[in-house]
Amino acid sequence: MRSQIHSLRRNAIRCFGSLLIASLITPTVFGAGTTVRFAGDSSGTGGAFIKKLCDQWAQKTGNKVEIISRPQDASATLQQYQQYWAAKSADVDAYQIDVIWQGIVAPHAVDLKKYYKDDEVKAYFPRIIENNTVKGKLVSIPWFTDAGVLYYRTDLLEKYGYKEPPKTWEELDEMAKKIQEGERNSGKRDFQGFVFQGKASESVTCNAIEWVYSYGGGVIIEPDKKVTINNPNAIKALQTAKSWVGTISPAGVVTYGEEEARNVWQAGNAAFMRNWPYAYALGQDPKSAVAGKFDVTVLPKGGDNGKNAACLGGWNLMVSTYSKAQDVAADLVRYLDSSDAQKQRAVELSLLPTLPALYADSDVLAKNPWFKNMLEVLKNAIARPSTVTGADYNQISTAFFQSVNKVLSGGQSAQDAVKEVEKVGKRLVR
Amino acid sequence: MAKEIDLLERQRRLAWYLIVPAVLVVFLVIGYPLVQVLVYSVLKYKLDGVTPPSFVGLGNYQFVLTDGDFWLAVTNTLIFAVCSVTLEAVLGLAVALVANSDFKGRSFLRIAILIPWAIPTVVSSKIWAWMFNDIYGVVNVILTNFHLIPQKIAFLAQPITALPVIIAVDVWKTTPFMALLLLAGLGLIPADLYEAAAIDGATKVRQFFSLTLPLIMPTLLVALIFRTLDALRVFDIFYVMVGGQGNMATMAIYNQQWLVSFLDAGVGSACSVIILVIIMVFVVLYTRFSKTSFQ
Repeated sequence: MRSQIHSLRRNAIRCFGSLLIASLITPTVFGAGTTVRFAGDSSGTGGAFIKKLCDQWAQKTGNKVEIISRPQDASATLQQYQQYWAAKSADVDAYQIDVIWQGIVAPHAVDLKKYYKDDEVKAYFPRIIENNTVKGKLVSIPWFTDAGVLYYRTDLLEKYGYKEPPKTWEELDEMAKKIQEGERNSGKRDFQGFVFQGKASESVTCNAIEWVYSYGGGVIIEPDKKVTINNPNAIKALQTAKSWVGTISPAGVVTYGEEEARNVWQAGNAAFMRNWPYAYALGQDPKSAVAGKFDVTVLPKGGDNGKNAACLGGWNLMVSTYSKAQDVAADLVRYLDSSDAQKQRAVELSLLPTLPALYADSDVLAKNPWFKNMLEVLKNAIARPSTVTGADYNQISTAFFQSVNKVLSGGQSAQDAVKEVEKVGKRLVR
Repeated sequence: MAKEIDLLERQRRLAWYLIVPAVLVVFLVIGYPLVQVLVYSVLKYKLDGVTPPSFVGLGNYQFVLTDGDFWLAVTNTLIFAVCSVTLEAVLGLAVALVANSDFKGRSFLRIAILIPWAIPTVVSSKIWAWMFNDIYGVVNVILTNFHLIPQKIAFLAQPITALPVIIAVDVWKTTPFMALLLLAGLGLIPADLYEAAAIDGATKVRQFFSLTLPLIMPTLLVALIFRTLDALRVFDIFYVMVGGQGNMATMAIYNQQWLVSFLDAGVGSACSVIILVIIMVFVVLYTRFSKTSFQ
């Protein structure tokens, strides 16, 4: 009896030991319960949606996903990621990356052509695929795209006798002034005409490049490496924006990011807002003060001869070349980025899919009727000069957003600002 | 005689043995990084994992020293350091004097004043940033409701209003620390000195200037050195409250931008060395001052 127990125990130990050894020597093969670490959104409705998708994938494949939170601010996110990459960290397998980081990310990314067939890649917006391809390498796969749009209050436009949203920035200025004055006189002391993102961060880079481009002032550094920011149209654009601060926009707008602007807007305290499409679904939430009272359109032109501009934004998925489970991570990426997932995302979160086919999908359009106009907006979307500056994009963007922020807060003239940005630009692309 | 020398020699050797670990630790944690920073500062060195480093001599130093943004950051930091440390010293001394006197609930007060110091700076800065928010901030609401200002002020939008706000937040946070250090100094002053002074007819004011102040001067000076060095390296409050605004950077933020945001170890390291020199100037000034006044 005693020896039986003894051998039982010995067997148990042996069994456990061999399991332990097996688990140590088994390579991380597909579907063997690998843990994939994914750095991306973890907060808000977007974070909850990603978590849901990751859980679905985990259940389906028997793997595990750990989501590593990223800061809300894109610039801060990049700083965090760059530290992982500089350290060649294997701790993160897949990343959610901004459309402008492709040049920076390229050396650290796996070529996704390995995991996507040619005709699968062709289903995406060709412009974004082109943007995400660095020296023949598909650095990341488009996940959802973004473009700056104008939100406007349909009820207030009607109340003040306007039939259409503004076509030019000048019209917007005029309408915003009238509505703001009227609303403030009727007791809404905190009412603002127009809110946007003026915070010294990537946010204001997006806003300002739209102003500059809409007035025909170029995109700071053109694709042929010419630094063009120092031109009269760009100066006019920045001066126009400066004139809004303290009149139709709150003086504090120079500290606003996307969420600060949305807070003012969603509380019903603004007539117009420049923001990304994500604010649509949130604004239509029954708890929102503006639900059912607003619509979305293209951003105004700079003067009658100007152009409509929308800054191209959006997030993409990449697999780290330092990952020890690249195949499994790529499978997660494929799952998160599938047509079904994108459709669900568009319906639930009003985020723009990267597959043009979904813009004709009846379920998507039923929930977001304004998507039908977005195909055109996306075709005209302007890319920030991230491809020509590559890994130095951060420097030109920082120079630009700090200068623009100084112009808006009155610390610098538009003329001096563009000269300063030009100087940095010329240092970077010579 | 020979034995005595031997003993002395042995003691000397023992002293060396005892000091070696400390010297090694200091070299490893301070010396090595310092040398590394000096080496990086003369290289063109991008941390993108692709470009190999190359020698550029003093080019990085020239770049930083001729950059207007850097000098703006230096100015901001100096204004912040001088104002906040002065206010903290004065208020800290006042708080320490109160906390040192005998009254009911003294030990409770001593703990209570430490609360601002115990909250992580990032958290308290964020709270204050919301309180100073231009539309929803409680400060603006109070000021406009009492008609003290005609319309709400965007405090954090302009350096002219943001800097005083940030200094105020730092004073709120750090005065308790100052008070605590000075309280320790006050506790060392013997009570009989005051009794003697009182018998001689010295007023309370006279007692403060002739007794208290000179006697806590050494403590005050140490506290000032601590705080000044801390203030010159300020990062968190500015980063949270006005992060990114080019005209509101401090030396540490400027440095962080080059090192972390632009991943330029060359310029970033040169900047670190320059900041080190600037801070050393303050250390030398303080030590000179304390030597001349206490010898």
